[in-house]
Amino acid sequence: MRIDFFIQQFINSLSLGSLYALVAIGYTMIYAAIRVINFAHGDVMIWGAFISLIIMGLIFNWQEIEMNNVSFYTFSASNFLATLFVSLLGMLIYVLVYRPLLDKKAPRITMLIAAIAVSFFLESLFNVIANNLLGGSFQTFYFPRFFGIILYLGDATISITSLIIPIVVLVMVSILIYIMKTHKIGIAIRALSYDIEMVKLMGINTNLLISIIFFVSSAYAGVGGIFYAIEFPSIDPYMGIFLGLKAFAAAVIGGIGSIGGAVIGSFILGFVETMLPGFFPSLGGWKDAFAFILLIFILLFKPTGILGKDFERQRF
Amino acid sequence: MKKLRTLTPFEYFSIVIGVSALFISFLLFSSVTFNQYTLTVLGYIYIFVILAVSYNLINGVAGQFSLEPNGFVAIGAYVTAILILSPELKEEIFMLSSPYPFIKDVYVPNPFLVLIISGLVAAFIALLVSFPVFRVRGDYLAIVTLGFGFIIRTILINYPSISNGAMGIDSVPDFASYIFIGVCALIIVILVYNLVYSRFGRAMRAIKNDEDAALLMGIDTFKIKTLAFVTSAFFEGVGGGLMASFIGAVSPDQFTFMMTFELLIIIVIGGLGSISGSIVATFLFFGSMEILRPLDDGMWHFGPIHGVPGLRMVIFSLLLILIILFARRGLFGEREIWDVVIDLYKKIKQRRQNG
Repeated sequence: MRIDFFIQQFINSLSLGSLYALVAIGYTMIYAAIRVINFAHGDVMIWGAFISLIIMGLIFNWQEIEMNNVSFYTFSASNFLATLFVSLLGMLIYVLVYRPLLDKKAPRITMLIAAIAVSFFLESLFNVIANNLLGGSFQTFYFPRFFGIILYLGDATISITSLIIPIVVLVMVSILIYIMKTHKIGIAIRALSYDIEMVKLMGINTNLLISIIFFVSSAYAGVGGIFYAIEFPSIDPYMGIFLGLKAFAAAVIGGIGSIGGAVIGSFILGFVETMLPGFFPSLGGWKDAFAFILLIFILLFKPTGILGKDFERQRF
Repeated sequence: MKKLRTLTPFEYFSIVIGVSALFISFLLFSSVTFNQYTLTVLGYIYIFVILAVSYNLINGVAGQFSLEPNGFVAIGAYVTAILILSPELKEEIFMLSSPYPFIKDVYVPNPFLVLIISGLVAAFIALLVSFPVFRVRGDYLAIVTLGFGFIIRTILINYPSISNGAMGIDSVPDFASYIFIGVCALIIVILVYNLVYSRFGRAMRAIKNDEDAALLMGIDTFKIKTLAFVTSAFFEGVGGGLMASFIGAVSPDQFTFMMTFELLIIIVIGGLGSISGSIVATFLFFGSMEILRPLDDGMWHFGPIHGVPGLRMVIFSLLLILIILFARRGLFGEREIWDVVIDLYKKIKQRRQNG
């Protein structure tokens, strides 16, 4: 019985870890490029699920959705559109907010205040839209019945989504890492994290490059948000920032600036967060604190993280 | 800063005593003449002045981006509520589960002592947090403090034998009267002002402008940053205690991230690093809150306009983005209001002499 339970918790931890990974990748890429903790990234993630829900409501009408009868076609179409929307949203945040500040050579505290303001703006806007259009800020997410299937393996119960999510995420991450290692754009992005002025001097359009980073990382976050909503089908405006913070903690654990590190850190975090409360139920109330306790330990003993390089000294 | 150095101690003390006397006479005058609603709003504003000034210490003066106020204010408020209530009353109030023996038995009937203990508890926790965070460069303070606020909230909700869970603790005795809060705000503002324009304050400004240069000048940046953070946590704890007593109840929902965000808007409007700026901005902010209230609640101007709940926060966050983008210095920048006024006066005088 114990081993069944372990397998169940392990698969859950894999799926949770891969959800964190999708967001942590964005944090780590954006931080490496412009040295800003993009607080809005977690909100961008939840906006992915939210926009998908709205589009589903527009294509379908609400009654059919509430009968839990979403077809695969609508589901994938609305998710594709939502991901596209969210990627553009991320790019827009860069173009409208961060880029003017970077051009003015604003101090870092100003950038961070702008980031938190954008994050809070997205949350409040979500809140207002959900309250007025959908009749409440807590929303249930709807998906085809296929994703609700639960497999029984001895005593263990495993939902099919927690099997699908790690596989999809693994493929997405491998593609990204492959591009970063081999393709010209990927190499330029990696160069960006060492010295932005030098990359400019090489004749590379850094603004376009950073826009691409925001586009890609927001797309990944949007996919993460949709997966999150499938796995835990309830979304509300203020959950994004906390998930984002945990993902950022995961990125720091793995080493900020490194995509592989972000993935490793996310899996560690997912493992700790599912295993500890699973085997010691009295720790349940502290579940949300694990990310930050881990973060503090990493900062104390190995501030660069598992795979990270020391970014702080290089540019400032 | 330049102006202050030319003051002799005698002049300085006479200015402080004069301002205090003026403010205290205003307090006495207003407590008799104003109505109850205005007094409540004013008392709330004084508490926020305490919070904004101490938040400005770490964010504006030392330049370390932190998102801690809601966590430390919650700690201060809960410590005050637990200390000031007698064991029998706590037994009655804690309905979800009986309180831990330690929580039940601590009882300090003296308000001043209670406030100082609340501040010290917050400061101690700040010390624990600051050690890992300030050891490394970077923006980890923001992340850790933001997460810290969420964790405090989760613990308050999930451990009813410490905090009575989501119901909170009510019937906190009302020792913080309007005048008491006003006097506390006055003392704290004077203390923070003295800190900011002391040797330590100058070191904080040096760190804000260039940490490497500050390090080379022989400033122990770790110590100075910790000092700024712990001091602001202390005063936020005291402010939280005052808030608990002024409102008469504490519950986890009072101390959400919204509070931190409001304080952030206040100090950015006032100017990061300007003490008088934060005070002026607190009054401005609460004034505009009252003006924008119809956005949330609806109003009746030339026919009904339906309010949209939450729209106020959308507008505030948009406002903050716009201020950061186009008016980053806020009202007074890093200077104080009298510096701005004196400069303006000199400029006008010069222009008159020239033309």
